[in-house]
Amino acid sequence: MRWWERDPWLELAQVLLRNPFRTLLSSLGVGWGLFMILITVGASNGLEEGVKADMGNRVKNSAFLWGESTSLPYKGYARGRGIVLTTMDVAFLEENATTLEAVAPRNQLGGWRGGNNVTHGLKTAACGVYGDMPVYKDIDPIVIMEGRYINERDLEDRRKVAVIGKRVRQLLFDREEQVLGSHIQIQGVTFTVVGVYRSQQTGEDAEESENSIFTPYTTFNHAFHMGDRVGWLSLLIREDVPGDTAVAEVLRLLKAQKSVHPDDPRGFGHWSMAEMHEEMTTVFSAFRWVSFVFGGLALFAGVIGIMNIMLITIKERTRELGVRRALGATPANIVVQIMVETLTLTVLAGLVGGIFGVATLEALDAFLAASEDNGIFRHPHVTLDVLLTALGTMTVLGAFAGVLPALRALRVEPVEALRT
Amino acid sequence: MIDLLGITKTYTTGAQSLQVLKGVDLAVETGELVAIMGSSGSGKSTLLNILGLLDGYDEGMYRLDGKNMAQLTERRAAELRREMLGFVFQSFNLIGFKSAAENVALPLYYQKVPRKERLRRSHELLERVGLLEWADHLPSQMSGGQKQRVAIARALAAQPRVILADEPTGALDSTTSEEVMVLLKELNGDGMTMVVVTHEAEIAAECQRTIRLRDGLVETGAHV
Repeated sequence: MRWWERDPWLELAQVLLRNPFRTLLSSLGVGWGLFMILITVGASNGLEEGVKADMGNRVKNSAFLWGESTSLPYKGYARGRGIVLTTMDVAFLEENATTLEAVAPRNQLGGWRGGNNVTHGLKTAACGVYGDMPVYKDIDPIVIMEGRYINERDLEDRRKVAVIGKRVRQLLFDREEQVLGSHIQIQGVTFTVVGVYRSQQTGEDAEESENSIFTPYTTFNHAFHMGDRVGWLSLLIREDVPGDTAVAEVLRLLKAQKSVHPDDPRGFGHWSMAEMHEEMTTVFSAFRWVSFVFGGLALFAGVIGIMNIMLITIKERTRELGVRRALGATPANIVVQIMVETLTLTVLAGLVGGIFGVATLEALDAFLAASEDNGIFRHPHVTLDVLLTALGTMTVLGAFAGVLPALRALRVEPVEALRT
Repeated sequence: MIDLLGITKTYTTGAQSLQVLKGVDLAVETGELVAIMGSSGSGKSTLLNILGLLDGYDEGMYRLDGKNMAQLTERRAAELRREMLGFVFQSFNLIGFKSAAENVALPLYYQKVPRKERLRRSHELLERVGLLEWADHLPSQMSGGQKQRVAIARALAAQPRVILADEPTGALDSTTSEEVMVLLKELNGDGMTMVVVTHEAEIAAECQRTIRLRDGLVETGAHV
């Protein structure tokens, strides 16, 4: 076929438009298949973005580590000994760990989501109260809305200052009230508010985070009688070091320092953002593959539909094909004609499905962007390479679908034209 | 123009084989208008298929315009058909979704004639058969006689050496049959060689010579 000429395409349009309803129905399957691929891949992308955004802009190379009870006896100690980290261990790590950017000890009043009575005037609130180092802001970034974060001077002087979350402010202060410089009582100890922050996370994590109060680590330990105990360590891992390598080094150092058996799987608990991130990435790439496979199967079914309808039309067009042969069409002419018809039908159907798919994702994206609620699902989209892969697959499948009808058309002999 | 010598053709279906042509000898000279007659089963359809290069033969020799037609590939047969032969069918065999002009232009499409030239020639031919004003109509909008005239124009499009007509008036009433025969005779008058397969004696009578087929052999009229 000389594709740059008008005739073959006119011919094609005539054939396809001869029975427009049937053409539409038979191409529906392929369109739907491509639509499905785009929607599912787009949705899983959206979910991935949502979840990752929900994990916040918490720095990816952060890890958390705390003491637990041991499970092996070592150096005269019995198993089941509880390990308690102290300020000395922090200094030891700062000195000896080569894979860390920073070590920040943290303490908390109560457990996770433990509420503590905080008051301001007549108002009370239940918040999480933490003792923190200035560097913690680099590990779990927050946005300072007013005032400042904890600094080194606060730490040195054990100043009784507090940085409160947006939610705490809502609970304890009137809308117009001056917050900075006012006093709050945490378990009876008076602190001066020096800053207000909001979270970069979304959903429940943000709620929890904005319902917290940060105080200088030294002040906290002094005021709440923690001595030199450390609740847990926040670690900022060097950019060039993989998360698990750094965690392994820290564990090795701390096990030696705290006389824990080197092979003891317990003794310390840890949680690493890097590991979490890797897991998430794996889960979502699996998700995308599943979308592809199922969408591909739908596409395949659609292509079979097109092949089927082409086989039927060949049967119907036996006489036409015979006449064409009698008038001088070579077998090659006929094969090309049927292949091009099938391929065009498939690709057109796929394009329509693809356009609908992209349009739907765009609409969904616009809708989500417009709504204030930053849920777990955001910015559903497909990348260009997904789109091109889908279209490419469809073209290959279309060519595949054309083979059988073309062979069937070849079997039509020119003598058919003379049958009456 | 056409020389057949000892042509045989046997069809085999399963265990049964049937010799349809048992050694056909005949000749058609350039510019002749010849009728082939025979009762059903005489082998005239098979003969037409062989003459039209739509089917092969087993033994013998077929020379068309001096060229031997033995052992043709599908592709070569298609080329020869579009260069040398024009077909007129009993049931017209126009393509239903194409206009009269497009139907006439179809053989030229397979000859790779540019579109403009094709349409110019198809309009000329439609004028020749008196249907210029029907050029843009679909076959379904035409009468039987008109359809057959479009089909004749189509047969002429590729400027063939021979026109083969298979019962060209078989589906027409006597008035339109006469019109079609007049047209065919006019074309013959312009020098076109024509072979008309028919079972109607009146049609055969209008031809210059009648070749009678009986049981796979030529009975009478094999040569001028």
